[in-house]
Amino acid sequence: MNIVVCVKQVPDTATERKLRSDDKTLDRDAADGVVNELDEYAVEEALRLKEAHGGEVTVLSMGPARATETIRKALAMGADKAVHLHDDALHGSDALGTSYAVSQALKKIGFDLVILGSESTDARTGMLAAMLAERLGAPQLTLASKVEVEGTAIRVERITDYGYDKVEASLPAVVSVVEKINEPRYPSFKGIMAAKKKPVETLGIADADIAADQVGLANSWSEVVDFAAAPPRAAGTVIKDEGDGGARAAEFLASKKFI
Amino acid sequence: MTEILVLVDHVDGDVKKVTFELLTLARSLGTPAAVWAGPGYSDAAKARLAEYGAEKIYIADADEIGDYVAAPKAEVLAHLVAERSPAAVFLAATGEGKEVAGRLAIKTDSGVISDAVGVGEGFVAEQSIFGGGVNVHSRVTRGLPIITVRPNSTAPVAAAGAGAEEKIEVALSDAARAARIVERVVQEKGGRPELTEAAIVVSGGRGVGSGENFAIIERLADSLGAAVGASRAATDAGWYPHQFQVGQTGKTVSPQLYIAAGISGAIQHRAGMQTSKTIVVINKDAEAPLFEVADYGVVGDLFQIVPQLTEEIEKRR
Ligand SMILES: Cc1cc2nc3c(=O)[nH]c(=O)nc-3n(C[C@H](O)[C@H](O)[C@H](O)COP(=O)(O)OP(=O)(O)OC[C@H]3O[C@@H](n4cnc5c(N)ncnc54)[C@H](O)[C@@H]3O)c2cc1C
Ligand SMILES: Cc1cc2nc3c(=O)[nH]c(=O)nc-3n(C[C@H](O)[C@H](O)[C@H](O)COP(=O)(O)OP(=O)(O)OC[C@H]3O[C@@H](n4cnc5c(N)ncnc54)[C@H](O)[C@@H]3O)c2cc1C
Repeated sequence: MNIVVCVKQVPDTATERKLRSDDKTLDRDAADGVVNELDEYAVEEALRLKEAHGGEVTVLSMGPARATETIRKALAMGADKAVHLHDDALHGSDALGTSYAVSQALKKIGFDLVILGSESTDARTGMLAAMLAERLGAPQLTLASKVEVEGTAIRVERITDYGYDKVEASLPAVVSVVEKINEPRYPSFKGIMAAKKKPVETLGIADADIAADQVGLANSWSEVVDFAAAPPRAAGTVIKDEGDGGARAAEFLASKKFI
Repeated sequence: MTEILVLVDHVDGDVKKVTFELLTLARSLGTPAAVWAGPGYSDAAKARLAEYGAEKIYIADADEIGDYVAAPKAEVLAHLVAERSPAAVFLAATGEGKEVAGRLAIKTDSGVISDAVGVGEGFVAEQSIFGGGVNVHSRVTRGLPIITVRPNSTAPVAAAGAGAEEKIEVALSDAARAARIVERVVQEKGGRPELTEAAIVVSGGRGVGSGENFAIIERLADSLGAAVGASRAATDAGWYPHQFQVGQTGKTVSPQLYIAAGISGAIQHRAGMQTSKTIVVINKDAEAPLFEVADYGVVGDLFQIVPQLTEEIEKRR
């Protein structure tokens, strides 16, 4: 089975995240770049499926030059090879542009299964998997907490508000995973060393048949008009419980008309 | 005025509160037209939609629409966009709502704004990003504005609309039938409001210590008519079902009141609750980061404080 895992480099949530004042895109230099946490679960699931069914796991990441750090991490976990979609023309692409570029790269790579995280920690649109399914005409098995493949049949459990749905489709398919699905492995020392020798192919937009007028900031379907730091929350009252903490909290709730 | 399509969020024939919020928002910018896609449409549903201002109700109630993941609803909306040229489409920023929006955006070659907390003149949307740290205004520049709106960010206000019904038939494509839902498994704990819809949410974390102990969290929630939430530490431990997880990879909630007991306030938890209007934190560790966003905090043992709080609330009722 030929599995492609989409992996995004995002700013570390533990550091202060910003937009750039010049073009209002994400400031990738202001913070450390890390693998989008959920994408580690996507890589793990791909590796488990490969272990069970054979085949190959390819990492696909669209991003600036430093996204190679993220690609190496996924390779160190055990993926076989990687494709880095990297071109200045891609800077500032919105969700539509990103899904278009990634879908073109996927067509070029070829796949039986595409696995994504269900959401990135920076943009958090949670739309990319559905958009890829739409663009590729492939079944959408998203928000999966369990994935099973048998021949060309694929079954997932999809998390919903009320519990979960059991969903079935045939390969090729697009899957996104929630963090309940597995426990990602840590790269071993051996894995880290091996990753350095694994092939990483860099594709520019021409290499992946990406039309220049469908990607990049200038061609995005949406724009940021303006932005500002949220006003800090007014410092609240913090009391120490002296035996009446619950009663005093109730006072507070009453003063706010919650009771 | 031109129509704004509002995709109705419904489960088992019941219209979700977020739909009334979307209709209220749509009314401030144009003529709201509700779109019912899937089985379960009824006179009761019609009455509710009209009560909140739906001038028009488009009904695509074929059973089939509910049998597949996201794609059929996007096809219903794309059909209406082509036929009616609406000014915009509003959807709930839920897992499914976002996915339908994403697919619709591609079908109609339109931009999409995700997880807006408000929409103003010219369909300029407000987003609260980076866990509530930055406020953004954004808008669609190509095609028609498709906007998903976070539940609880608009107060629903009733205002009678005509509710003129119009049946529509949409022949689903094979692609829309690619991912079939073969079974729905309901794990909802009965009686409480739905987590993302609730005006008050009471959440417990690792500090609660066990599944049995969650009963004290539930009792506090019930005294307030609230939903129960949980941190990932609690859902991972199996103390509370996963669909009640609040946070980055759980539900995003934005209630009037959020009470957190025994939750430290990791960034991934905060990402899902930081835009709550009022936050109350109970934790024995005065250094817990969640106190930084608390309007009211009590440092102490939740096993003392939560039952006392519940009792006080019940006394005052
Ligand atoms: C704060 C912020 C808000 C934004 N809001 C909007 C908006 O409202 N509308 C809009 O159209 N655009 C928006 N964008 C831009 C858009 O989100 C980006 O283009 C982004 O790369 C794709 O969306 P996502 O990360 O939200 O995807 P999600 O759907 O949240 O991500 C799901 C998965 O997709 C995969 N993935 C995402 N990006 C890549 C990548 N570059 N390479 C490989 N795999 C990837 C990963 O597996 C990830 O886990 C926003 C960007 C930011 C920074
Ligand atoms: C990819 C990824 C996604 C994640 N998504 C989410 C998410 O969606 N939601 C989420 O919540 N987390 C998420 N997390 C996990 C997050 O990082 C934290 O691990 C988690 O939120 C911690 O839960 P907690 O606060 O309940 O536990 P802890 O951090 O262990 O905190 C427990 C708190 O309880 C207090 N306490 C203990 N006993 C008592 C007592 N008797 N009385 C009062 N206080 C007491 C302690 O002082 C402590 O502050 C995610 C992590 C990753 C890597």
